[in-house]
Amino acid sequence: MARVVVDVMLKPEILDPQGQAVQGALGRLGFVGVTSVRQGKQFVIHVDGPADAELASRAEEMAATLLANLVIEDFTVRVEA
Amino acid sequence: MAPRIGVVTFPGSLDDRDAARAVEVAGATAVPLWHKDRSLSGVDAVVLPGGFSYGDYLRCGAIAKFAPLMQPLVAAAHEGLPVLGICNGFQILCESGLLPGALTRNDSLHFVCRDQRLRIESTSTAWTSEFAEGAEIVVPLKNG
Repeated sequence: MARVVVDVMLKPEILDPQGQAVQGALGRLGFVGVTSVRQGKQFVIHVDGPADAELASRAEEMAATLLANLVIEDFTVRVEA
Repeated sequence: MAPRIGVVTFPGSLDDRDAARAVEVAGATAVPLWHKDRSLSGVDAVVLPGGFSYGDYLRCGAIAKFAPLMQPLVAAAHEGLPVLGICNGFQILCESGLLPGALTRNDSLHFVCRDQRLRIESTSTAWTSEFAEGAEIVVPLKNG
């Protein structure tokens, strides 16, 4: 059983109002020095079979096809045994 | 014969009945289409109604994009079939690449609900042909 972790984040140039709202809330709670918050998503996927290059390539395909909208989001893929 | 306009129901569609009623009020025949259909049943146009298809999970419209019906729909749209996406239907059009761009949260994070005045810039589309060019219409706008 292999584990695939896909992180999806809004592209840096896309406004992230949710991240800004979280940043504002952290400030109001007294957490000083927070200069930026960006909110993203993490997908943890378990897959039968080995954690190999083929799985990495399938995971890239999953991310590009469904998990991320490449118009506004970037993703990174990690494959773990 | 009245044009036949398909109205698609996805799991979580809410406004499919309203859209079908609007189609009938406009003088056309509403043809219910199911997200699992693999054929457009020969309709002359399609409405993707509002709601929360697939619970809006992942991203609004992202899962509906892969419904079986979307394959013939996208192909037919590229051949010129008029397709109207309302609300969640509009999000599905963006996710499926029929419209450019993507939708994100309002920068205010507030829900906006108001009347919006629009000017008819072109009457050469299937959706605006009975308006006068330059006319102003009022459309309810709501988004979050």
